[in-house]
Amino acid sequence: MGKTIAEKIFESHLVDNPSGDIQVIRLDSVFCHEITTPVAITDLQARGMDRVFDPSKIKAVIDHVTPAKDSKTAMQGKIVREWALRHGIIDFFDIGDNGVCHALFPEKGFVRPGYTIIMGDSHTCTHGAFGAFAAGVGTTDLEVGILKGVCAFHAPQTMKVVITGELVPGVYAKDVILDVIGRLGVNGATNRVIEFTGPVVDAMSMESRMTLCNMAIEAGGTCGICAPDMTTVDYLWPFIQDEFKTKEAALEAYSTFAADVDAEYTDELVVDVAGLVPMATFGYKPDQVKPVAELSGERVDQVYIGSCTNGRIEDLRVAAAVLEGKHVHPSVRGVLSPATPTIYKMALKEGLIEIFMDAGFCVTNPTCGACLGMSNGVLAEGEVCASTTNRNFNGRMGKGGMVHLMSPASAAATALTGVITNSHIFTGEA
Amino acid sequence: MKSFNGKVLFLDRSDINTDEIIPARYLTEITKEALTPYLLEDLELAGFDAKRDIAPAGAVMTRANFGCGSSREHAPWAFEMNAMNIVIGESFARIFKQNMFNCGMMAVELAPAVIDDLMARFSGRETELSTDLATGVFRFTAGDESLEVPFEISEFDRALVEAGGWVGYADTHY
Repeated sequence: MGKTIAEKIFESHLVDNPSGDIQVIRLDSVFCHEITTPVAITDLQARGMDRVFDPSKIKAVIDHVTPAKDSKTAMQGKIVREWALRHGIIDFFDIGDNGVCHALFPEKGFVRPGYTIIMGDSHTCTHGAFGAFAAGVGTTDLEVGILKGVCAFHAPQTMKVVITGELVPGVYAKDVILDVIGRLGVNGATNRVIEFTGPVVDAMSMESRMTLCNMAIEAGGTCGICAPDMTTVDYLWPFIQDEFKTKEAALEAYSTFAADVDAEYTDELVVDVAGLVPMATFGYKPDQVKPVAELSGERVDQVYIGSCTNGRIEDLRVAAAVLEGKHVHPSVRGVLSPATPTIYKMALKEGLIEIFMDAGFCVTNPTCGACLGMSNGVLAEGEVCASTTNRNFNGRMGKGGMVHLMSPASAAATALTGVITNSHIFTGEA
Repeated sequence: MKSFNGKVLFLDRSDINTDEIIPARYLTEITKEALTPYLLEDLELAGFDAKRDIAPAGAVMTRANFGCGSSREHAPWAFEMNAMNIVIGESFARIFKQNMFNCGMMAVELAPAVIDDLMARFSGRETELSTDLATGVFRFTAGDESLEVPFEISEFDRALVEAGGWVGYADTHY
């Protein structure tokens, strides 16, 4: 019987099988941020075990609330900062170099096909876009990962999501994943890895694949995975060119993690996107999804463009194309948070930041902040936000606030009109 | 080993997420103790009153996909700090369930029909749970009505409970 991508990765990293289908695997990298790591650090200290398994395999960032907004968040940063220094963790990203973890770490070349990665953050599934197994975990798993470089999982079961057809202009990876979550439901992929495959995924950029994999957790998935291909190799080439003579050689090496043709999947969902239109959420669960057109006219108070889902350069380009030469509706607060300093600088060079600012957007530094209602754009009770983020839970962006998830194109169009709007009225697409 | 006995808090809803269990605005705390007063502060559930219902409870019974969303272990910690070490439900989000056992706590699945029956019999009544981990039996008691329900947890989850969590287990094994 053939194997899935996740099964191959687990097989090559297996350390122990303590009982049943539990597999303890060796970790290639442990990612850390300042919200979930401090308690792991203080607990290790209290146990007299303030050690790290390998400082070169730990990557840390202060991203959720940065710059610190108060004494408590300042202390969280301080704990991580001092810990990184104490243990010689060189890949630590602080003020000036920091950005949203799931955008920053891929950009730094820290994710490779076949890697195993954990982080105390549910959207760690994003990194599966590179053909890696990457899973969000709690602080205790993180703590053991930091200390021992291992983590325990059930043997991975995989569901296959085949995306066929061709996206019409104006419809993006975000619309695809919202549609998929709408079909699967919020626990449709629980305890399973989602392998995204098919011609639409093959044609996607790494940025779009990250958007897809990022929201696997919203269907309960452990990880979203895309098979590595030449697009993956092209993205990684600056980081791997000393390792491989040619791109073809890199692809051949990475292809050992491709799924076998007779691999066994628990489920298969085939989605034809030929007729897909821009989508948005309407309730307090990410599987409550409707075409944007059916929500058009719903008033919003804020539009947020950013996050590990849609704060990358191609997202900013799409939104700027809608906003160019126009101004946000007077009743709307527009907030843009480029996900990393590199993205911010690219957007500056390309003139995108000017377009956003001329349109009346506030441009913040890279941070997770508003997405989870911690800083830089928290909603007041009764307010509504059109957001390119990943969760529309009740109160997610501020107690009593409501969130509609959508693509950067739809969010930009909504900013211009003050009500949920399909971007095609500005771009002529979709 | 922690106690898995106490008054049962019935949360009769599916898809209760970790933002509802402990909102992100409290994630700036760096001690588990500081989370104590905020448990379930944002829960949307008719008839639920955090101040009235949480303090006396020692166990939770709920429906499907409990603990979905954020990976924050602050959710199990907020239960732990309120001396609620066990959640019984139809199903759990993967990370939440793992976090519970990693803390030496329990997240135990019962069949939907069994949960239906237990909710029908006991919800709204002062109900006491006592857990016999050795034999794998829950005993629910309200007034003079008492019901025994068998449950199963995996060998690995049992080992975590007995080790007091994953750090203790991993430190002796790896």
